[in-house]
Order: sequence, then structure tokens, then C-alpha cells
Amino acid sequence: MRIFLTLLRRELASFFCSLSGYVIIAAIALLLGLSFVVLIAGVGSEPFTVPVTEMFYSTFYFWLILLLATPVITMRLFALEKAAGTFETLMTTPVGDVQVVLAKFSAAVIFYLVAWLPLLGCLFIVQHFSNQSGALDAGTVGGMFLGIFLIGSLFLSLGCLASALSRSQMTAALISFVLGVSVFSLAYLAKSAQSKLMAAHWQAKALSFFNLFDQMRDFALGAVNLSAVVFCVSGTFLCLFLTLRVVESRRWK
Amino acid sequence: MSPLPGASGYDGGGFSTVRIVMIQVSNLTKRYAGRTAVNNISFTVARGEIVGLLGPNGAGKSTTMRVLSGFMPATSGTVRVAGFDVFHESDAVRRRIGYMPENNPLYPEMRVREYLKFRARLKGLGWRRSRERVQTVMEQCGLTDVARRIIGQLSKGYKQRVGLADALVHEPELIILDEPTIGLDPQQIRSVRALIKSLAGRHTVLISTHILPEVEMMCSRVLIMLDGRVLASDTPENLQRRMEGGNQVIAEIAAPEAALRVVWENLPEVEQFNVAPGEDDYFRCALTPRAGVDLRPLVFTLAQENGWALRELTRSRHSLEDIYMQVTQPTTEEAE
Repeated sequence: MRIFLTLLRRELASFFCSLSGYVIIAAIALLLGLSFVVLIAGVGSEPFTVPVTEMFYSTFYFWLILLLATPVITMRLFALEKAAGTFETLMTTPVGDVQVVLAKFSAAVIFYLVAWLPLLGCLFIVQHFSNQSGALDAGTVGGMFLGIFLIGSLFLSLGCLASALSRSQMTAALISFVLGVSVFSLAYLAKSAQSKLMAAHWQAKALSFFNLFDQMRDFALGAVNLSAVVFCVSGTFLCLFLTLRVVESRRWK
Repeated sequence: MSPLPGASGYDGGGFSTVRIVMIQVSNLTKRYAGRTAVNNISFTVARGEIVGLLGPNGAGKSTTMRVLSGFMPATSGTVRVAGFDVFHESDAVRRRIGYMPENNPLYPEMRVREYLKFRARLKGLGWRRSRERVQTVMEQCGLTDVARRIIGQLSKGYKQRVGLADALVHEPELIILDEPTIGLDPQQIRSVRALIKSLAGRHTVLISTHILPEVEMMCSRVLIMLDGRVLASDTPENLQRRMEGGNQVIAEIAAPEAALRVVWENLPEVEQFNVAPGEDDYFRCALTPRAGVDLRPLVFTLAQENGWALRELTRSRHSLEDIYMQVTQPTTEEAE
């Protein structure tokens, strides 16, 4: 545990003490700001029929941030260490492979969540000026951030896997972008296929696990969708397990 | 191998080797995708020794060290460090090793003290202990002045010392340094060498290099590697003694050439000689003695008796370079 915290501290420091870290945060803040402008324009003077969080979600910016930011956040985790040779100094100390993978992944998740914080400010501004109590409450904000955390974890773990597979940051970013787009397309296919089926049909239920769009909308409405939790958590674990195997694989060669 | 003082009085049968032997490599082979980097090598290193792995680039030095450090597994053969198997007891081995890989990779964005503290904590040192040790190794390696500087902005010499300090920080029994003086200027090389030499006795040190004088200066034993095999293993002195032809004596004497030839011809201790004209009136005589004879006093008395001026009298020792060339030459020819 002590070693895990030491590793986590260093990983966080390398995110927050580097220019690239702040460039990523700035880029996400810019996209959030754009979505905020769209949101404000949409609010107008009409009364709210849905919470602000769902309105935010219905802009495409959410997916844009998810697909673009996660590969950039995770690309350096393993690839940079391998390219610089520090992976060798790291793995010849008595640290476990599990600790290394978990510390890197946790640091990426923490950084990702910090980058999302401006959204909170945006939401509160909307609520403050709209003077409508139905616009926002703690539950919907909590649900929104839980969704951002869970789906983000899934995409970040894909990025971890991609970074562990490659020595070049650029390749790692591309692989994780392709993986991310694949998951995204799968969700889209699931959504369109599901709409053609009867809701009670078992195939529809199976497809609903992959339907990230509806899952995320539930979160944005403040409802915790259990199938979404199961899908994201198990997907994250699978990717982290594969990452661990890739890190261990140098011992089999 | 001679037992070290620390091992005397310990007669635990088979266990005694554990106390004396630091590294035991038996029949180690390492293959990368189709290429054999290390081919069935065996050697042992005793505690407290400074051993140099010498060989041209691509001889398998770095691969051997990577296997020793537990970073890579061997394709076949066993490697034990301090009695622990590097593959099956990797954790115990990694605790006992301070390893500085080739090109000394560091985190450029960290500060010196911060980096060393981070490394000390990774190596399992407690908070208080790591602070003490970081202070000690920074003094030992002359880093106190740059403790707060960012590693990426340091000169190469300082970076190298940070790498060394990192290897030492947890007081490992075995220190493995892959080309520790590469790319440094002569002044920096000297200070790094002095530092490594000061580790003898307390630590076992394994150094790889392709610079010959370095090995002669620092190491108590040399392993010469070529094409993934160990070709020779001995002290630098013994390797020199093993050179064929013995030690030549060079004498520059001002005398008639014919007289010199007659003298050498009649001297039974001289096996072969060669007289060549030198500068001014001097002749340069290269004399090969019969085994075990030191010709220098003889040459001096001869010159004195004949009233010849003698301005140089040296014994040309075969440098490690000659040995190295001699050892590696036949194999390269075979390979071609």
C-alpha cells in the first residue's frame, strides 16, 4: 500500500507538474465552455422540462471529450517509461506489477476527474441564473459525475492497455482512440439494434448492456442504471487485467 | 576463489557458498527472437569483489545484467544472487540489488532529492530511513549542491551521479552498473571511478564497459565477453601474466651497433633481440628474456661496465588491450 501511494504520488505529480497536463485540462475546459454556450443558448426563457445535466449530455461534446481526452491522458503512462528506459529502473525495484498498473490507472482517473470539475461550475451558473429549483439537484449532479467516472474509467483502462502495448506515445494514443471509437460504435449499433426489438426480448436486454448512450442519459437524469455499472466496471477490470498481463509478459519472453 | 574474511568460522557445509558467493550464473542462455544474445555462460562473483564485464558492443553484457537484475528471465540456465533465484525469488533479489541500466534513465521532470526519496520509498525504505539514506548518498556522490535542481537540467556528470546515488540508496549487497562512465568528460570519469572504487569491500560491484583502462583501474577481476560467451575470467594481473612472450625490455643505448649485437648474442638470458637505430647516436634494443628473468639490472651493469650512455630502460607490459585483442581475435576470424 505504501509503495502504491508512492507510485500514485509520482504519477499525479507528472500529470500536474507538466505543461502537457495543463494543456489537456485547458482543452477539456474549452470543450466544456463550448458546450456551456450551447446550453445557455438552448435554455432561453422556456421553463425546464429536463434537468440541466441531461441537456448537457444531449450535446455531442460529452462524447467528444471522452473520445479525445482519454487517449491523450493515458498515452504516456507506460509508453513514455518504456521509451525512456525508466520502465527498467522501475521494474527492478521490489514493486509488484499490480501496484504499478493500479497506480498509473488511478492517477489517470484522478486527473480525468479534476479536468471535469469546470463542468460543476457551469451547471451551478445555469442553475443560479435560471432560478428554477427543478433545474439541478445534488442527486442529478452526483449521478452525472458517477456516469462520467464509470464510463471514463472504461475508456481510460482501454488507454492503459494501449499504452502498455506500445513503446511510442503516438501509437498508444492511436490504438486507444481506435479502441475507444470501437466501443462507441458498438454502443451506437446496440442502440439502433435495440430500438428495432421488443423491450422484453432477451436480445434487447443483452444489447442494453452495450448501449452507453441510454446508460449515460440515465446517469444524467440522476438514476443509477445497474446494467451500466456492471458493464463499465467489468469492462474496466477486463482491460486492467489485460494490461497487467502485458506488463507481466516480459517475464515469459 | 579465495574465501573472504567474513566467511571464516562458518562451516555450514553447502550453505557456506551462500555466504561467500554473491552471484552464481550457471549455463545462462538468453535468446531474443531468433538471436542468441548470451550463449551458455557460467561464472561466479564473490562478495566484496569489483568485477568488470568487458567486451565490444553487442557482446551480451547488458543482457547478462538485465537477467541478473530480474528484469528479464533467462531462456535457460539458473542465476542466483545472494543465494536467491532471480526468477523464482525475484522480490528478494530485487531488494538486494542496486541496478543502473544502460544510458542511466531518470525522470527528467523531478528534482534530485525528490527523485532519490521516491526511489528509496519504492525500494521499501521507511519515511525516516529514506530521508537519512538520501542525505547520506547525496553527500557520498557529491549531489548536495544540486539537491533542489530539476534532473533534466543537470549536466551529464551530475545525472550519472544521480543514477549512482539511486543504485546505492537502499544499501544493496550487489550493485550492477551498466556502462557507468559512458559519455562523461575525463574529470567526471575520474570522480565516478573513485566513487565506484570506494564501494569495494562493503558492496559487491559488477560493472560493464568497453573501455579497457577502466577495468584495469577499478576491477579486481575481469570477465571478457564476446558473442554471448565468456572467453576469459581472471584478475587483470593474471591475464597480463598469461600473455605469451613475457615482458620485453626496451633499452636505448649510445654504442656501436656491432658491439651491441655481440653483447646481446652472448648474453644467455636474452632469448631474442632486435637492435634498431634511434635518434642521435642511440640504438633502440628490444630484448625478450628467457622465462622469469628480469633483464633490467643486467642491462644497466653492462652499460656501466662498457661506459655506454643509457637513456631509457623500460619493461613493456602488455596492456589489457593486447590481451583483449588476443582473446577476441581468433573467434572473430572463426566467425567470418
